Amino acid sequence: MARTTTLPFRQGSSKGLRRFFEVPDGAYRGVLGAVAALFAILLLAFVTSMVIQSRSAFAHFGLSFLTTTKWDPVHARFGALAFIVGTLETTFIATLVAIPIGLGCALALAFVIPRRLQMPLGSAVELLAAVPSVVYGLWGLLVLGPWMREYIEPTLAHITGGHFPFSGPQIGPGLLLAGLLLSIMVLPTMVAISRDVLMAVPETEIEAAFALGATRWQVMRKVIVPGARTGIVGATTLATGRALGETIAVTMVIGNTPALAHSLFSTGATMASVIANEFTEATEPYHLASLIAVGVLLLVVSVLVNLAARLAVRSVGRNRAIGVGLV
Amino acid sequence: MTVMAVDPILARRAEIQHIAQSTAERRQVLSRVGIIACRACLVLAFIPLVALVVYVIIRGASAWNWAFFSHLPTPAGIPGGGISNAIVGSLVIDAVAAAGAIPFGIAAGLFLAQSEGRSGGALRLAADVMSGVPSIVVAIFAYLALVSRHPGSLGHFSGVAASFAIGILMLPIIMRASETAIRGVPPVLSEAGLALGARKATVARRIVLPAALPGLITAVLLAVARGAGETAPLLLTAGGAQFMSYTPLKQMNAVPLVIYQNGIQAYPDLVRIAWGSALLLVVAVLVLSVGSRLVAARLRRVRHD
Repeated sequence: MARTTTLPFRQGSSKGLRRFFEVPDGAYRGVLGAVAALFAILLLAFVTSMVIQSRSAFAHFGLSFLTTTKWDPVHARFGALAFIVGTLETTFIATLVAIPIGLGCALALAFVIPRRLQMPLGSAVELLAAVPSVVYGLWGLLVLGPWMREYIEPTLAHITGGHFPFSGPQIGPGLLLAGLLLSIMVLPTMVAISRDVLMAVPETEIEAAFALGATRWQVMRKVIVPGARTGIVGATTLATGRALGETIAVTMVIGNTPALAHSLFSTGATMASVIANEFTEATEPYHLASLIAVGVLLLVVSVLVNLAARLAVRSVGRNRAIGVGLV
Repeated sequence: MTVMAVDPILARRAEIQHIAQSTAERRQVLSRVGIIACRACLVLAFIPLVALVVYVIIRGASAWNWAFFSHLPTPAGIPGGGISNAIVGSLVIDAVAAAGAIPFGIAAGLFLAQSEGRSGGALRLAADVMSGVPSIVVAIFAYLALVSRHPGSLGHFSGVAASFAIGILMLPIIMRASETAIRGVPPVLSEAGLALGARKATVARRIVLPAALPGLITAVLLAVARGAGETAPLLLTAGGAQFMSYTPLKQMNAVPLVIYQNGIQAYPDLVRIAWGSALLLVVAVLVLSVGSRLVAARLRRVRHD
């Protein structure tokens, strides 16, 4: 075998590094395999340490951890229902607003606005998806919050006559502000991914529909959106996953009250926000274990949502890498 | 009677033409309404996003001065002060995180790109799911591993713990994006190398990785941009500090932490510092994001010339 032949390649800069990269095939494969195994071990350590550290909370409170709302560090009674409900409420508001607007926005970006605007606006949306969530949180607290208090909440209360769920004092921070801020935060992700999958619909199908006399709206509704359906479902699910787990922005605007809210205007907490808000101050063992248990719940939910999203996006097939950098 | 009456296809055609013509006007109106609705969505989506950018630029720029970048924070109520310790902290934390995550992630990306079997598929799925795990949950893991008191842990807040959390968040991004980049290298290139008798490691180092370099750079910069903006992990790991700290084994401050902690205060001076930090963070993240595209595009052009 010509294993020892010197290759006519450019010489490396460092002899040690070069030698490291010219190990036999078996060793090379071994190193890569070890790296992969290390990643698996890391994940295993991640899951087991979370489970072990939260076990005392699950063992002590049992099912009542999921079904009660009392969160009382002083008397060491912990039930996470208020946070589960808070997460569901804010995520629901976020998706309710972001999905239709995001889809309409993606359609407009891909097919409605002039071609020379499509590229710059599309890139702008992708860059906005990269803005850190703490910046959204700061803006939500200091700009969107006052707007809510002065304009949006009074208007909503006026329209609904101040009935549930738009009752109570209009203070700004609270579930509604958190939900709306989340919808603004997930919009760029939603728009960027949906735009990609909408533009992947074959040109021939679109032209065929036009040739049959369909209007632009009919083409969009009957051909483009159904053609990109799985990708849109994936984008929606990814956006939902992001809203579920978003921490810092929500913590800044939700008011951090560990109790069930009676109105969308009132303050509350989500699973992620209670961890961020209380973790470093939790000295009582059951308090810490309960917060980690909330983390385990959040982990389970986000893994399920993301698995669903990946399967949906992956079934689009050729758009496999879409969204990898965005999520 | 004529043929038309008996030919079902022609009859059907006439029927369809009739329907199309009689509904044409309604469909046109509906189409116009639908397209207006799409445009409205576009405007509605861009209003808050543009407002966000404008506010961060205006309020942030007014906080920027020499002291903002070079001074230490002042106590609440005393105007002035800067975030020099947070800038140093962020640079150190993110550099350590990247130093760990980049080689590890690219090696795992190589593994993913070269394995089609069950182990590769499982690892790929694990990385995908991992990239969707909320950062606060990863932060708990970093806290349990490096901050809480037990053998093998530092037992206190530190920059390393923050780097660990942020490195874990960077890993899946680097893995999947570098896998995509490596898969984009034409197989004939590495086959040519192997045919010359080169070892697999040599082919990877001399042929595959250089050919995939534009994609790898994009992957790394995207991951660093995402890591630099993370706040929740820092909250549970870095500890924050009002003093200057260069050693990652001790407590450190970081720019995202300053935004969070100062932003929720009532003192206008602290809030001003928060806006300035927000502008700094946005600029850094956007430079990384835009830079990754420019570098990748430029490298590709150089290759093709």
